[in-house]
Amino acid sequence: MSGRVLVGVKRVIDYAVKIRVKPDNTGVVTDGVKHSMNPFCEIAVEEAVKLKEKKLVKEVVAVSCGPQQSQETIRTALAMGADRGIHVEVSGKDYETLGPLQVSKIMAALAKKEDAQIIILGKQAIDDDCNQTGQMTAALLDWPQGTFASEVTLDGDKIKVVREIDGGLETIKINTPAVLTADLRLNTPRYATLPNIMKAKKKKIANVKPADLGVNLTSKLEVLRVEDPPQRQAGMKVETVEDLVGKLKESGKV
Amino acid sequence: MNRVLNKTSLRNLTGLIQRFQSTLVVAEHNNDKLTPITLNAITAAGKLGGDVSCLVAGTNCAKVVEEISKVQGVKKILVAQHDSYKGALPEELTPLILETQKQFNFTHICAGASAFGKNLLPRVAAKLDVAPVSDIIEIKSPDTFVRTIYAGNALSTVKCNEAVKVFTVRGTAFEAASAEGGSAASEEVASTPPAGVSEWLEQNLTKSDRPELTSAKVVVSGGRGLKSGENFKLLYDLADKLNAAVGASRAAVDAGFVPNDMQVGQTGKIVAPELYIAVGISGAIQHLAGMKDSKTIVAINKDPEAPIFQVADYGLVADLFKAVPEMTEALSK
Repeated sequence: MSGRVLVGVKRVIDYAVKIRVKPDNTGVVTDGVKHSMNPFCEIAVEEAVKLKEKKLVKEVVAVSCGPQQSQETIRTALAMGADRGIHVEVSGKDYETLGPLQVSKIMAALAKKEDAQIIILGKQAIDDDCNQTGQMTAALLDWPQGTFASEVTLDGDKIKVVREIDGGLETIKINTPAVLTADLRLNTPRYATLPNIMKAKKKKIANVKPADLGVNLTSKLEVLRVEDPPQRQAGMKVETVEDLVGKLKESGKV
Repeated sequence: MNRVLNKTSLRNLTGLIQRFQSTLVVAEHNNDKLTPITLNAITAAGKLGGDVSCLVAGTNCAKVVEEISKVQGVKKILVAQHDSYKGALPEELTPLILETQKQFNFTHICAGASAFGKNLLPRVAAKLDVAPVSDIIEIKSPDTFVRTIYAGNALSTVKCNEAVKVFTVRGTAFEAASAEGGSAASEEVASTPPAGVSEWLEQNLTKSDRPELTSAKVVVSGGRGLKSGENFKLLYDLADKLNAAVGASRAAVDAGFVPNDMQVGQTGKIVAPELYIAVGISGAIQHLAGMKDSKTIVAINKDPEAPIFQVADYGLVADLFKAVPEMTEALSK
């Protein structure tokens, strides 16, 4: 039985929200906009909790880096079945430039401090769409990585991971300790029930500062401008299939 | 006068700096053929203005090296052949790239933003202690890139002040480099000792005679409206008439109609064909992120309010089970 699993969870603008770019082109509007847990992180939490239910791991610790509100995201993970939370508090200017490099340094430091055997993250956050943090955390720890996982099987001190790759699926076997990143197909996250939400309020969330972990948050990436993508020209409705095929032939598309 | 002089000298200086750019493209291949996205990455690398080198690592590199040696814009090919590169595991390739970097001091390291590139390059970047830049769609200057965020709903221009710029390239945003006319020399690089922490077991690739999704000129995609996997046959028939690849929305994949490597969207593949035909797809944000740069978009949907019609050049409000066979028939004439 492996010991401890760390799960990274990120608070992002809800996936169903149509985002708006700020008029001064410095970013997107986040104030007063509905936020929730990044969908890939929910899948990561679900997988960790499942491992615990199968008694393959002892403890699941949910970690989030960000401002005060990140605690809500940790609470959600606790309500889904994580045992305790760690909130790595990052706010103000530092939060604006917080990227995968900084988060992976925090995750790596926590993994050592907490003596974790497995780290599970989502494959990407739906706000920055980076798809980097898991890979970078694995690199900093010199652990193997099982990214875009659609099936995870613990097998003694190894993990068999089925990965989603471009042409289909690929199976690898990696040593523990290891970092896994969850793809959509890994599982279907459970809904937190009201009793579990109430119970989650009693679970502990530790507050940590990046400096306590010896992580420097300096960033050498600078966002110069955020803007709307070019708008497509409004199209036309056609009445029949003949019309459609005719139009496509006229424009030389078929 | 002074101003003009300054401008000129500045331009010369930029030129001088650009001459010292050198880019390493990590080639993606299956030991037999180069993966097409590498050609798009080579074009992107060429836009940086410096020399472009290509690293080929694998268990059997000869054929791929020969292929790249003819690709226009590649100056040098670095070859690392060893059994430990089986399955292109990032734990094995990263030390090799770091060794290569130590030897040649590239200013830029890149690869296509495929499952391979996304898996590998962030690991390399972390080892170099630099922040990577994912899935770029434009190069403004050697340190300034454009990429999409929020499922393609915003464009972010980022300046990377790292000593080494590590990035992945969105294949559909750059033309493929010509596979003829180049004359790159190749040299062996020492392979690194096996890390041995991971092992590649097997691959299950979806077999298809149709063109590959991300590089197809025409794509026909189906969504939840198809109702079952069997009904996708309607789309395969239409696709065959158009020599098209067949894609799917996340809804169709989640419902188990088709395998997930057919998924087009933020979390699947990004395509930008000449013609994209969306059949029974509502047009959720996550799907639009994967196809809205297509040249011409056609939507066939019975719901006139479906968001897909807001991006479609030609929209047909109709029952797909009638319209698609009709279309296949019309194209047979």
